[in-house]
Amino acid sequence: MQELSEAVGVSGKEDAVRKIVLKAIEGHATDIRIDAMGSVTAVKKGTGRNRLRVMLAAHMDEIGFMVTGYDGDGLIHFTNVGGVDERILPGLRVKLGDSLIPGVIVWAPIHKTYGQNNTAKLNSLRIDIGASSKDEASGKVKRGDRVAFDSQYMEVGDKVLRGKAFDDRVGCSLLVDILQDGPYPVDVLAAFTVQEEIGLRGARVAAQRFNPDVAIALEGTTAHDVPNPLAEPDDETEVNPACRMGGGPVLTVMDTSIITNPQLLRFLRQTAEANNIPYQLKTQLGGGTDAGAIHTANAGAPAAVISMPCRYIHSPSAYLNRDDYANTLRLVQAALNNLTAKALKQA
Amino acid sequence: MFDLKSHLKALVETHAPSGHEGPIRDVIRKAWSEMVDSLEQDKLGSLIGVKRATQPLEPPRKIMLAAHMDEIGMMVRDIVDGFIYVHRISGVDNRVMMAQPVMVHGKWALPGLVASAPPHLLPKAAREKYPEFDELVIDVGLPAREVEELVRIGDLITPDAPMVELLGKRVAGKAMDDRACVAAVTVCLNELQGMSHQWDVYAAATVQEETGLYGARTAAYHIRPDVAIALDVTFAPQPGVNGDETYEMGGGPAIGLGPNFHPGLLDKIKETAQYHEIKLQDEIVPGASGTDAWAIQVALEGIPTALLGIPLRNMHSPVETVDLRDIERAGRLLAHFIAGLDAAFLAGIEWEEVKSNE
Repeated sequence: MQELSEAVGVSGKEDAVRKIVLKAIEGHATDIRIDAMGSVTAVKKGTGRNRLRVMLAAHMDEIGFMVTGYDGDGLIHFTNVGGVDERILPGLRVKLGDSLIPGVIVWAPIHKTYGQNNTAKLNSLRIDIGASSKDEASGKVKRGDRVAFDSQYMEVGDKVLRGKAFDDRVGCSLLVDILQDGPYPVDVLAAFTVQEEIGLRGARVAAQRFNPDVAIALEGTTAHDVPNPLAEPDDETEVNPACRMGGGPVLTVMDTSIITNPQLLRFLRQTAEANNIPYQLKTQLGGGTDAGAIHTANAGAPAAVISMPCRYIHSPSAYLNRDDYANTLRLVQAALNNLTAKALKQA
Repeated sequence: MFDLKSHLKALVETHAPSGHEGPIRDVIRKAWSEMVDSLEQDKLGSLIGVKRATQPLEPPRKIMLAAHMDEIGMMVRDIVDGFIYVHRISGVDNRVMMAQPVMVHGKWALPGLVASAPPHLLPKAAREKYPEFDELVIDVGLPAREVEELVRIGDLITPDAPMVELLGKRVAGKAMDDRACVAAVTVCLNELQGMSHQWDVYAAATVQEETGLYGARTAAYHIRPDVAIALDVTFAPQPGVNGDETYEMGGGPAIGLGPNFHPGLLDKIKETAQYHEIKLQDEIVPGASGTDAWAIQVALEGIPTALLGIPLRNMHSPVETVDLRDIERAGRLLAHFIAGLDAAFLAGIEWEEVKSNE
């Protein structure tokens, strides 16, 4: 988990994560390929007890930035890759390029900007790597270099992991664990996809090749079970938590990219209940996942999303509860062990 | 063998906000103990290292150096379901806090995160402004009852911001304001080890500058110096700051020009810089300097005061950036200046009218 979290793989340059994934699944799956987009696909043949081709997708890419230019004094221009809340950027620590050069996001001192509380636009911000001139900066960092958050991975107390890019390295870790275990009654078509954050691109291509019978996206999702100090008890502008840390795997009913197939959703809920696995239904509609691309690929396929609740996802550091990880793994494996064509029959 | 970078790292990675300077006082005491003859404290907690003149004068003459050791920080305001609400302790910039890693100093130091609401759950209007302090929530990732046991109202919170090395001699971290200048004083004391000087040196690491220059005032009363030089950080060029009000990183320390500073003293410092070819920039300060110098100048019966500034980017953020060369230059300049002080110095900086009457 630490290795995956610390690896830098901003959308479009997932190389470092791909290396880790390939090493981890070697010997545990067959037909390991890297497709034209850079996604890693692999097949874990089933025992044949249930003849179904089940695609599991987890994305290797993370949100981050890209270098776009330089100022004469050596400060660096950048733009975002994927959705980044601009409000987290002031005073952030980052790592640039393949050599992970340290940099900081420059921020005007409060003494000179009293009363200015409007969110600064990203294109007005700059990264300082300590260069004193454009030549020095361009010698160290090239236009197009990826920039990632610089966050420390750590374990917090007994239960909680903290780190960068839990969206979706927690999903990648889970998929690796699934492949390292088994075999399952069904054929598992594993896709470690690229470029989810910029439009579910890798998943679409992988699904178009696999043409699965059913698919599940494995994600890290937003838990915002955090109080609002300013809220009135019946405040309607209160942010919906979406799901809770410690509440178990999260099942999406509907998001901006998919309406989960009701039969598949019912199957997952019944599987959880039958195996005493706590689970939650996501109570917010925001966001999309690889399942959005997969269920409309080819002639379509029923698809679902099973996520692990993480606080502060899409920020430099997120929290994940180990129990949620373990319960999510149990649920996915129980689903793989019990999924049949009958369970998916349209009502 | 004194190493500036590791000394500065030890200083800025210590957690000691205004009013709670104990930990940093210990670090500085340890660093200075080999370089001074004795260490004292005023009644507010400012640490004063005394290096006696190698060739004392009669009456003894004293120069005070002042750099503040407190940093800005936050304090626990309330704990709700294991989540922490905060107050600021002076100067903290609310706009940098979202998603930052912090340390909550409860029973022991707990690493935490400032919560950030995910953008796709928020209405667009909420993303137009930075959260104010009363909207911030800190999450240490522990169950509520554990947080209740480990954290109390009034506990301190500081950024979890280890020093990071950038290119060249630039480093970034928290509390460079003003520990970069404390480091400059250490450089000065280190340089003085090999020099003879006629004035007693009182190096003061002052407390509570950020909350009102309190430590500088009390230290000045404790020391009763003849002359004082304060050191604080100043603004380096960066987007959003008027170019006229900035001083180049790597361009040497800046000397304050304006009513807060004694003109005769300034001239002498500039002479020293010129003689020893130490880069010095002019900083225009039309009124209050916002530094210990403002308090020291009017202590007792008035003290001739000067200010040296270390140029710094991103002031009051966890990525304050300085150039180590500016710290070295400031320290060397002070040491050479002190070595040049003699019995005639005070008379030499007197007002014209006083001089001509003598």
